[in-house]
Amino acid sequence: MFAFIVRRIIQAIIVMLVIGLVGFIIQHQIGDPVRDLVGERVTPAEREVIRDQLGLNDPFYIQYVRFVKNAVKGDLGLSFFYKKPALEVILAKAPATIELVLVTALILIVVSIPSGIYAAIYPKSWFSRIIMAVSTIGVAMPVFLTAIVLIYFFGVELNWLPSYGRGETVNLWGWESGFFTLDGLKHLILPSVSLSSIMLPLFIRLVRAEMMEVLETEYIKFAWAKGLHRQRVWYIHAFKNTLLPVITVFGVQLGILVAFTILTETVFQWQGMGFMFLEAVERSDTTLLVAYLIVVGVIFVVVNTIVDIIYGFVNPMVRIAGTK
Amino acid sequence: MKSWNRFKNSYLLYSFKRDPVAIISFCVLAVLGVISILAPVIAPYNTYDTATIDIMDAETPPTWMEDGDERFILGTDIQGRDLLSTMIFGLRVSLLIGVGAVLFQSFVGILVGIISGFFGGKLDSFLMRLADIQFSLPYLIVAIFTMAIFKVAFGIGRYEDLAEPLLIIIIGLSQWPHYARTVRASVLGEKNKEYVEAARVIGISRQLIMFRHILPNTMTPVLVISTIQVANAIMSEAALSFLGLGMPITRPSLGSLIRAGFEYIFSGSWWITFFPGVLLVILILVILLLGDWLRDVLNPKLYKG
Repeated sequence: MFAFIVRRIIQAIIVMLVIGLVGFIIQHQIGDPVRDLVGERVTPAEREVIRDQLGLNDPFYIQYVRFVKNAVKGDLGLSFFYKKPALEVILAKAPATIELVLVTALILIVVSIPSGIYAAIYPKSWFSRIIMAVSTIGVAMPVFLTAIVLIYFFGVELNWLPSYGRGETVNLWGWESGFFTLDGLKHLILPSVSLSSIMLPLFIRLVRAEMMEVLETEYIKFAWAKGLHRQRVWYIHAFKNTLLPVITVFGVQLGILVAFTILTETVFQWQGMGFMFLEAVERSDTTLLVAYLIVVGVIFVVVNTIVDIIYGFVNPMVRIAGTK
Repeated sequence: MKSWNRFKNSYLLYSFKRDPVAIISFCVLAVLGVISILAPVIAPYNTYDTATIDIMDAETPPTWMEDGDERFILGTDIQGRDLLSTMIFGLRVSLLIGVGAVLFQSFVGILVGIISGFFGGKLDSFLMRLADIQFSLPYLIVAIFTMAIFKVAFGIGRYEDLAEPLLIIIIGLSQWPHYARTVRASVLGEKNKEYVEAARVIGISRQLIMFRHILPNTMTPVLVISTIQVANAIMSEAALSFLGLGMPITRPSLGSLIRAGFEYIFSGSWWITFFPGVLLVILILVILLLGDWLRDVLNPKLYKG
C-alpha cells in the first residue's frame, strides 16, 4: 500500500512539473515581464539592463528551475493588471468559486442519489421515465443555455432571484463568504443549480446503472431469499455497493466541475476564479493566466491523487494492477 | 447494387425501421445537414455580405410579434442581420467545426491506436501512457486554456481569422484518446485471428495488413464513438464561442450567436438567444439519440445505463 501511495505521489509530481513546464513556456513565449514591470515608455537599452537583472537572458533550463522554485514557494509572478502577486489575486477570488462548487456538489448528492435509486428500483414507473427523459435532454443542453433560461425565468420574468454577482458577503477570517446572509444564499441558487445541471444527468444515470447491476447479483438474490425486508435489501445491502464507483466518479468530476465554473461564472458575473481567468484573457494578463493554469492544475492533480489513493484502499485490485 | 442489397437486408436497417426515435432523429439531422450544406442557397440573406445589413433593422422582433417586420421571419440580431439566415450560417459553422474536429481526432486516434495495437511493446506503452495523461485532463479545460493562450498570443485580429481551423485542431486534439483506446482494443482482438495469419503467410506487407485487413474490422466501435463525439465537439465549440474564445461575431457559430444575444436578454430581446439556443439543443439531442441507438444496435455488450 505504501509503495502504491508513493508511486501515485511521484506521478502527481511529474504531472505538476509538466504543467509547470507548459505554463513556463507560455510565459516565456508570450508574456513580457519587463513590460509588466515598467510599461511601454522605457528605452530598449534600459529594458535590456532590466532583462539582465531579472535573469531573462539566462539559459532556458535555469529559468525553468527558478520558475519551479518560486512556484513551490508560492510566488507565481506579478499580475500585470492588478499589480499584485498573481497567487494573491487568485486566492482572493477562490472563496467564490469554492462556495459555488460546494453547493453544487451538495445539490448533486441530494438529487442524484435518490432519483437514481428510484429509477433503478422502479424502472417502469412513469416517474422514472420522466427522470430519464429529462436527463437525456439535460445531456444535450449546454450549461450556459441552462443558465440563460434560468436567468430569463427566475431573474427577468418572475424576478424572484438575483441573477448576477454574489450579493452581500461576510468576511470570516479573510474568507469572503456568501453563506451567512440571506442575500448571499439567494445569489447562490441560480449559479449552483445551473452548474449542477451538467453533472446531474451523468450521476443519475451512473447511480441507476450501478444500482441495477447490483440488484442482479447473487448476494441480493440471496437476501431476497432470506426474506429480508425490501427496504433493508435496497438501502442497506444494494445501495452500499453502488456507492464505490459513484464516489470515484464524483472525485474525478470535481476537477472537471472547476472547468465548468468558467462558463457559469461568466453567465452570472460571479466574481470567482473562472471569471477572473476570462478577464485575464481579455487583458492579455499572461502571468495571471499561467498562475490560474497552475492553481487549477494543482487542484486537479491533488483531487485525482487523493481519489486514487482512497480507491486503492477500498479496492486492492487497483494497487496490484499498477505494479506489473 | 450488391452492397445496397446487403444493406437492405441488414440488421441495421431492420432495427432502424422499428425505432421511431431513431427515424425522427435521423430525419431531423438529415434536414439540418442539407440546410447547412445549401446555406448560401436557402438562407434568405447572405449574412457574410455586410452590404445587405442595415443597423437600423437591429433587434427587430419576430414577424408575429408587435413591431415585427415581415422581411425577417425570426427577427434580427443586434447588428441588424436576419436571424434566420444568421442561424443557418451559424449551423453550418457549428456542424463544420464539429465534423471537422471529429475527422481530425479520429484520424489521429485511429493511427495511434492501430500502430499501438499492431506493434505493441515499448511504443504501445508509451502511446497509451500519453493517452492516459490526455484522458485524465478534462478536455474542455484543455481547450479553453489553449484557445485563451492563442488569443493572447495572436492578438484579437489575427485570432479571429484563425479561429475556425484552430477550433477544429484543438477540439480534435483534446479528444483523440477515445479513438486510440477503442481501436487498439479491437486491433488486439483481431490481430491473432486466422485471416491475419493467412495474410501474413501469403507475404502481404505489414502496412497492407494493418490498413486493408485489420482496420475495416475495427470500424464498428469507431462509428459509435464518432456520433457521440460529433455532439461533444459541437458542444465544446459552442462553449468556447460563448466564452468569446471561439468564432467571432462576424462569422458566428450558434455559440457566438447565443453569447451576442445574451447581453440583450435583460432588455427583452429574447429571440436572439432563444432561437439559436433551441437549434443548438435540437442538433445535439438528435445526434446523441442517434448515437445511443447506434450503440445499442451495433454493440449490445457495451450498453450500460
